[in-house]
Amino acid sequence: MANVISDETIEYVGILAKLELSGEEREQAKKDMGRMLDYIDKLNELDTTGVEPMSHVFPVNNVFREDVVENGDDRENMLKNAPEQKDGTYVVPITVE
Amino acid sequence: MDIRNLTALELGKKIKTGEIGVVEATKAALEQIQAVDETVNAFVTVDEAGALRRAEEVQKQIDEGSLTGALAGVPAAIKDNLCTKDLLTTCSSKILYNFKPTYTAEAVRNLERAGAVLLGKTNMDEFAMGSTTETSAFGVTRNPWNTAHVPGGSSGGSCAAVAANECFYALGSDTGGSIRQPSSFCGVTGIKPTYGTVSRYGLIAYGSSLDQIGPVAKDVSDCAAVLEAISSYDRKDSTSLKREDCDFTSALVDDVQGMRIGIPRDYLGEGLDEEVKAAVLAAAKALAAKGAVVEEFDLSLVEYAIPAYYVIAAAEASSNLARFDGVKYGYRTEEYEGLHNMYKKSRSEGFGEEVKRRIMLGSFVLSSGYYDAYYLKALRTKALIKQAFDEAFEKYDVILGPAAPTTAPKLGESLSDPLKMYLGDIYTISVNLAGLPGMTVPCGKDSKGLPIGLQMIGDCFQEKKMIRAGYSFECTRKYEAPELAERRGK
Amino acid sequence: MSKQYETVIGLEVHVELATKTKIFCSCSTAFGGAPNTHTCPVCTGMPGSLPVLNKQVVEYALAVGLAANCQIHQYCKFDRKNYFYPDNPQNYQISQLYLPICHDGGIEIETAEGKKTVRIHEIHMEEDAGKLIHDEWEDCSLVDYNRSGVPLIEIVSEPDMRSAEEVIAYLEKLRMMIQYLGASDCKLQEGSMRADVNLSVREVGTEAFGTRTEMKNLNSFRAITHAIEGEKNRQIDLLESGEQVVQETRRWDDTKGASYAMRSKEDAQDYRYFPDPDLTPVVISDEWIQEIRDRQPEMREEKQERYQKEYGIPAYDAGILTSAKRMADMFEETTALCKSPKKVSNWLMVETMRLLKEHGMDAEDIRFSPENLAKLIGLTEAGTINNTVAKEVFEFVFDKDIDPEQYVEEKGLKMVGDEGALRGTIEEIVAANPQSVADYKGGKQKAIGFLVGQTMKAMKGKADPGVVNKILKEILDK
Repeated sequence: MANVISDETIEYVGILAKLELSGEEREQAKKDMGRMLDYIDKLNELDTTGVEPMSHVFPVNNVFREDVVENGDDRENMLKNAPEQKDGTYVVPITVE
Repeated sequence: MDIRNLTALELGKKIKTGEIGVVEATKAALEQIQAVDETVNAFVTVDEAGALRRAEEVQKQIDEGSLTGALAGVPAAIKDNLCTKDLLTTCSSKILYNFKPTYTAEAVRNLERAGAVLLGKTNMDEFAMGSTTETSAFGVTRNPWNTAHVPGGSSGGSCAAVAANECFYALGSDTGGSIRQPSSFCGVTGIKPTYGTVSRYGLIAYGSSLDQIGPVAKDVSDCAAVLEAISSYDRKDSTSLKREDCDFTSALVDDVQGMRIGIPRDYLGEGLDEEVKAAVLAAAKALAAKGAVVEEFDLSLVEYAIPAYYVIAAAEASSNLARFDGVKYGYRTEEYEGLHNMYKKSRSEGFGEEVKRRIMLGSFVLSSGYYDAYYLKALRTKALIKQAFDEAFEKYDVILGPAAPTTAPKLGESLSDPLKMYLGDIYTISVNLAGLPGMTVPCGKDSKGLPIGLQMIGDCFQEKKMIRAGYSFECTRKYEAPELAERRGK
Repeated sequence: MSKQYETVIGLEVHVELATKTKIFCSCSTAFGGAPNTHTCPVCTGMPGSLPVLNKQVVEYALAVGLAANCQIHQYCKFDRKNYFYPDNPQNYQISQLYLPICHDGGIEIETAEGKKTVRIHEIHMEEDAGKLIHDEWEDCSLVDYNRSGVPLIEIVSEPDMRSAEEVIAYLEKLRMMIQYLGASDCKLQEGSMRADVNLSVREVGTEAFGTRTEMKNLNSFRAITHAIEGEKNRQIDLLESGEQVVQETRRWDDTKGASYAMRSKEDAQDYRYFPDPDLTPVVISDEWIQEIRDRQPEMREEKQERYQKEYGIPAYDAGILTSAKRMADMFEETTALCKSPKKVSNWLMVETMRLLKEHGMDAEDIRFSPENLAKLIGLTEAGTINNTVAKEVFEFVFDKDIDPEQYVEEKGLKMVGDEGALRGTIEEIVAANPQSVADYKGGKQKAIGFLVGQTMKAMKGKADPGVVNKILKEILDK
């Protein structure tokens, strides 16, 4: 396997993705990611010099909205889905020390 | 007459003439769900009360003459990644186990305007990531043709529900084959339209640049009618396209005289099951017999589509799924210490294995130092793949091939080797990368009695050619339902 | 300290644009709504929601870019900046990294040291985050997404500034320019203008930059000045004691007068930018740029000149009247109504400035309408009220934007110029002050002033001084 994923890499990606993997899951993830990257490395066979990266298939540009207020207040409905709410706000663990 | 065996358009016609009532049709579908869904598990949520209430309303509007469309009153099912106001929408994930959207997806609203009665929400691979509908947090869906087999995925619930007569048509979504592959496995018809044809507003995103919503039904006519109903320019979706040619039912013409059809040689090579190959080639012959000009050709770059797809889809998914964090909706872990621990635990417990695998991969390929080598490389590959199709469509009206290399595998066979599972998407994935329309039409069964699907691919905005070819082929055979679909209530 | 150090400063300035709606949804950007009442599925990151770009945001960004002499990326795109934080509902911010709308500009500043140009590296469009309210008692934070999705432009300068003085001059110039464009009110205290300071020090004479830090949470010019001094000294102390400056983000605590590092192992600072697939590119034609140029409003220098020429306002006064866009607007709008530019100028320069100072307010905080100031000036010109009364009435105009005509009517403040009405009072005053009368008659002309004053007092300031004088003289000279 050409791509060997280290513990540090998995830890780092876990921080980026906010995922915490247990020992077993972690080993599996290292293996899976390594294999997937090996497979993806196949793209290197392809000469893409001078090819523009294509984000959108169709050349659609300038999709705009006019600056007009249309939305009303739907707070009560939206908050119904919140795991924890208080006084019209979403509650999270404190973000300052 | 058994209501359940009618196609959507047949039922629509009988509702219009008053031969069948909307409530009656809805009850028939609900009874079928009652009878078979314990086995099939095509639904995550069945909204019986809502459906019956809606059926009465629709009947009234039909009687008043305010609803006159071909699909008015016909009961349908919706994939569970499409938001439905006040109705549970889970993406088959624990992380959205209790999520009730405050709004309805534009495609579903279009159906409602056409008079649809929504029966409920169908099971899928979690966040549409998978090819078997086994990664759902709410149990696997079984293939109505043989319940030891998977229905395919990710729109496995929608396809199984149609095959099992639990609804008259359904909506699915297709990011890398998620409508076409399960349609193939379940012996039904499904269309993934040109990117931008159906608004993505309200579709819970997996790979935003690849996702499209499309119909699943018993035949091409139903699919064309449903696609016509859901297609619309939507100013809420910046990638939505203004199209004037969405009268897809006008293409339901049994005529392929002179139509140029190409079969990529790469689609018939190594890895393709012999029985599938034979069925696809027989279908090609049937079209040739009707006057189409069929030939094999070399479509280049086929083997690069899967790696490019997994980089792009995983990258977009890693960002799209960041919003599931236990703050605004959905699952939050019971115990945690501080913000980041809450994020990590909620997400690690809320997402299944396959979703986590793709989020990790996506985060990695976008991370500092890898963006150019992986992400930009994949976008460049995508440009080349699009170019290869452009060249092919200079020569052909429609490209034809299998939808999947095999028929439906047994439950549990695929998940042990994710990479192998990904390879199963080889014929469908490049269509999403190039934004093209694609369609699956049943074309036979293998020796195990499992359905085989024929895939037709059209050039951008050329759904009509594809529909015409599909309809013409369909006219050469009869729709076949699995035995389970005909089963009487318990 | 043996070595001589030089401070190198670059700024990242965030400006909230004055649009009516958010950048990607049609929710209101109005201040002061109850928490989460200006939100929708888009700006709270609901699953399935999609962004659609507000055209006005592009136009404001272009206007600022052109005024700051920038080049325009005529093909620009939005990228996602991925990081987890609860004020950011999607856990990515839509911003511009690869192709920001404006780049390579610069503005001229002037300090005691003279004039210089601060180069602008780029200006990009992005969305603001929500607000976190900390409840330390309950050990939780409360999230309000009303500000989530409010459009921002971020103006990134080159590291061209060398002192706090230059930084303030740059910020004041930017603020004035943007206010004149109407693109933002640029209030530091309310956060509609925010500056992050990138600072490093190096020995005088060296070319290479030192390691820089980024300072956040600076919400007044005073805080910026203090933070620059503090950070400069902190870095010099580190270097002097043989230590290294660490590249990091620091948070300024203005009450403590110190900064601290905002570091956490959960903060990888790896934002995984990629083009947002939900948004399409913005293509800006030459015609569009020209249209924006043609629509650029008159800027401060042009106004100053015009006020002198058109209205005969002295240069110094024109400078003050144009020192804030709001002041200039008040001047022009009021003048258009009452056609007395000099009087309007006088009211703004004297009474308005005095009251603003007394209340600790900025010109941007002016609440009264040009209509009411014009009416007040009209009342004095018509002789309906005298200047003393006018100043009293103005305080109410300033505070509550009252209608002066109605107020004068209701409170009975009209000047009494009717001879019949005044004669009786004056006769009483004359009778009560024989000494003053004697003084006057004895040649002390000044004594009449006392009698006028007494009359005014008796009339509660409402008498027309000219008429009072005339009647008094008639009586006394008889």
